[in-house]
Amino acid sequence: MYTAPFEYRRADTVDQAVKWLQDDPDNSKILAGGHSLLPLMKLVLAQPPVLIDIGRIQALKGVRSEGDHLEIGSYTTYQELVKSPEVDAFCPLLALSAKTVGDVQVRNRGTIGGSLCHADPQADMPAAMLALDATLVIEGPQGTRTEPYDGFLMAPFITNLGAGDILTGLRIPKLPQGAHCVYLKRPHPASGYPLVGLAIWMTFEGQRIGNCHVGVSGIADLPFRARHLEDFLKGRVLDDKTIKEAGPLAGDEASWEKDEYKENLLKVYVMRALSQLGELAAAKGQNAKS
Amino acid sequence: MTQVIGQALQRHEDIRLIRGQGQYTDDMKLPGMVYAHIVRSPYAHAKITAIDTSRAKKMPGVVAVFSGQDLKDEVGLIPTAWIPPDADMKVTPHPALAYDEVRYQGDGVAVVIAESPYLAQDAALAVDIKYEPLKVVTDPFEAKAEGAPGVHTEIPDNVAFHWQAGENLDDIFQKAEVVVKHHFRQQRLIPNAMEPRSALAQYNAAKGELTLWATTQNPHIHRLLMSGLLGIPEHKLRVIAIDVGGAFGSKIACYPDEVIVSWASKKLNRPVKWTETRQENFQVTTHGRDHVQEVELAGTRGGEIQAIRVKTYANMGAYLSTAAPGVPTILFGLIINGAYKIPHASSEVFGMLTHTTPVDAYRGAGRPEATFLVERMVDLYAQALQMDPLEVRQKNLIRHEDFPFTNAFGLQYDSGNYQETLSKALEIFDYPKFRREQENLRKQGKYIGVGLSTYVEMCGLGPSEVAGAVGFQGGLWESATVRVHPTGKVSVYTGASPHGQGEETTFAQIVSQELGIAVDDIEVIHGDTQQIAMGWGTYGSRTTAVGGAAIHMANEKVLEKARKIAAHKLEVNEEDVSYDSGTFSVRGLPSKSVTFQEVALDAYLAWSLPPGIEPALEGTAFYNPKNFTYPFGAHIAVVSVDPDTGDTTLLRYVAVDDVGRIINPMIVEGQIHGGLVQGIGQALWEGAEFDEQGQLITGSLLDYALPKARFFPKFETAHTETPSPHNPLGVKGVGETGAIASTPCIVNAVMDALKPFGIDDLSMPLTPPKVWQAIRQAQGKESLHS
Repeated sequence: MYTAPFEYRRADTVDQAVKWLQDDPDNSKILAGGHSLLPLMKLVLAQPPVLIDIGRIQALKGVRSEGDHLEIGSYTTYQELVKSPEVDAFCPLLALSAKTVGDVQVRNRGTIGGSLCHADPQADMPAAMLALDATLVIEGPQGTRTEPYDGFLMAPFITNLGAGDILTGLRIPKLPQGAHCVYLKRPHPASGYPLVGLAIWMTFEGQRIGNCHVGVSGIADLPFRARHLEDFLKGRVLDDKTIKEAGPLAGDEASWEKDEYKENLLKVYVMRALSQLGELAAAKGQNAKS
Repeated sequence: MTQVIGQALQRHEDIRLIRGQGQYTDDMKLPGMVYAHIVRSPYAHAKITAIDTSRAKKMPGVVAVFSGQDLKDEVGLIPTAWIPPDADMKVTPHPALAYDEVRYQGDGVAVVIAESPYLAQDAALAVDIKYEPLKVVTDPFEAKAEGAPGVHTEIPDNVAFHWQAGENLDDIFQKAEVVVKHHFRQQRLIPNAMEPRSALAQYNAAKGELTLWATTQNPHIHRLLMSGLLGIPEHKLRVIAIDVGGAFGSKIACYPDEVIVSWASKKLNRPVKWTETRQENFQVTTHGRDHVQEVELAGTRGGEIQAIRVKTYANMGAYLSTAAPGVPTILFGLIINGAYKIPHASSEVFGMLTHTTPVDAYRGAGRPEATFLVERMVDLYAQALQMDPLEVRQKNLIRHEDFPFTNAFGLQYDSGNYQETLSKALEIFDYPKFRREQENLRKQGKYIGVGLSTYVEMCGLGPSEVAGAVGFQGGLWESATVRVHPTGKVSVYTGASPHGQGEETTFAQIVSQELGIAVDDIEVIHGDTQQIAMGWGTYGSRTTAVGGAAIHMANEKVLEKARKIAAHKLEVNEEDVSYDSGTFSVRGLPSKSVTFQEVALDAYLAWSLPPGIEPALEGTAFYNPKNFTYPFGAHIAVVSVDPDTGDTTLLRYVAVDDVGRIINPMIVEGQIHGGLVQGIGQALWEGAEFDEQGQLITGSLLDYALPKARFFPKFETAHTETPSPHNPLGVKGVGETGAIASTPCIVNAVMDALKPFGIDDLSMPLTPPKVWQAIRQAQGKESLHS
């Protein structure tokens, strides 16, 4: 009961992992940092007969700056994201989110790819992935392909990854110069997972909001992009009136079982996140504080 | 003489514990050892209609599989060792493994023993058990209702005991100017010690002896109870609990698991080890609290409390655990007046059986439940009078000149200066200034609140006559042997069994101070029935008050003999010898002296001892306390409540405690911090919940919110020291104070913050959704999007 029996294989290259996976896609499971999969296996909630460990594949690790985007290996740990100068320079929202995940032990072992494939709707990282327009790089039976992260989650714990597919990396567009970022999270008092996690970046044009992306995790059935809210914010001055009106809008696109407390929580957290962005912008003289 | 008592020495035991060099039960490995895994019922209540172990027996590495039928005629029933008097207590037959009916989710049904723990777990899945599910009751109040599902056929009304104390107060309540009535729910808590329980049994067939390593707070009680259960005579049974990683009361009980491995070791003639998983720890290790309380308080319009009356439905779970019946009766019902001079009081308690995990002592054990209700009632009474709760407390606290104070139930509080702790707390915390700030902030739509808790606890239960009178099946005195070796080094043997409280250090300080030798020359030995003749263990904040006093007495015996030997050597009369810092010298002639070490060596060589003096140097004492001790204090909490989210933020916590004489201030501070965290955890986050089928739905650390360090501000602590007049060291006890005082303090603070909304009370834990909903209801459900 301390896991069902399984076979363990360690891949040295992506090709080897892909081949093993494609040899027996229904019975094999990719093992990355193991911080989601292993607890499930210990509880016998997951019983993969074959584990393919991708932890030694160097090509899957690290963050690289490539032109207008960052290339992030799927085996990059949270802590590597937190410490990465490239992330700090071009996509600080990623680090802001990653540093709230679990505790230091979890951040040292857990990987961004593993987390995304585990597809826990309560996880932290999906909010940032959505706000940042992340693209997934996938190795599958037909070779390499890319697809947007938005739409990757089909249902809680279910992605559209094919049985023979491996997520090898992420492409994350660099944020525009001067974008302000906030990841505002309300952790569950026991688990530390977000009851609501809001990842937002925002640019200003003069005193008005230029562009703005909002990813929401934790609170709805699935993480979602709050486009209605974004459209509302663009072109407005980020003052108290805007914030108050914006508060309830994120809920418009949430698919969830109606719950007054959750609706309120999302509203309050949107307002708080926007206030924080307002303060960040004001510090740069972009947002005349109301 | 150097002062050792009162020094914040670092904890001697931490060096090995922090380095991972402790010896916990699960660390033990013996040649030929096999591993047990217990198959547990997934149902809270069901008939076992069939068990088939044949498939499991054929699994690889499986040594044996036993079911309840195999054990039932060979081991006794799990005992209950606290029988409150005049309570009509019923026995709840508790077999080590259930064989006819399971009564809570997690009740053991079979045991698989295999060559590895993993093989045992695998094979456990292959034990085929058929159940016929039966109706379930989990709530203690509902268990009393007509037609509620029964837990034990022998006890159709589910009332395991009905205990009453105090007088009939109908007349007083009828005539009272002000009567406040309230219901409280003391939710169930799950102790969650860092170390899960474990037991390793080794039967030596040649000698007919059994050694049991176990996670217990009281190895000698275990030896006594297990001897009866297993039919192994006490002198052939050894229980060892060297390092135990926390307990909070949850390792007092004699558990089925320990009995099963002991029996199996004898049966198989191999060492058998069992270690629980965290899930099992949630599910089957005893829980705490769980009361439904109906409370009434009578008082004058001027703020003088006249009477308090409580009717409690205490959830005992499916079986009466070892110490369980004493918790909601003696440890709760007799102290419901708290720190107040309330002339009349009455307690009535129904010990209710339900299809839930057995409930036993949990940090504070009864006293938090009592303190909570009286501290909350004082606030509700103050509100009824439109008086400040501080003023009501000041009016009703027992006064310094009232000590020794006898409460309405006849408990004699030993000593105290309650006003002094309160005024010290008020020196740290400027109460009038806070009230002004609170008023200003309210105008800005910000809600902060202050909570007070002026508490008293009783601990260090004794003397033995009282233990007997209250139905505790033990002596509650404590033993100590202070053995001086020929080189002057000292081994101290205590019958208490500290498991994280730091007495290896505290006790060494007592010996160091009194014998005048270095702390490093002293080793404190505990937790082994073969090394220590007898003792009653560590619980109820008794270890230093009772065990420490025994050491003090043993020290006196050592010194008395050493002085005789020294006088003989110095060729003077005993009265002419003085002793200071390890040296005996002739009064008025300090150059004529002999060291403690020299005396020790002389005692063992015995070449020249005074007439009538036996060789060797050691003292053994059995200290029987004269009374309980009564620590007390005043706590103040400041919270802010966010009406937008219902969040409570703890802004300040001031704790002024008087735990009697302090041996080691750092350890005292640590005990207070730990207690506060657990008590505040109950107020704000923790709560065990069962669903309608009796399934524990808060069965993991993902769901059950244990407090984390980051939830707390820095605690502001201070002390007064009022020695216990009857304890030779003047000490009282500190292990439970924080958990006793803090829960109502926090709830009072939150309710004070919510006062503008007209909210009087909310049930614990005060989770954000609960507080937010209450505020919304109070505001008449205005539109969500306003």
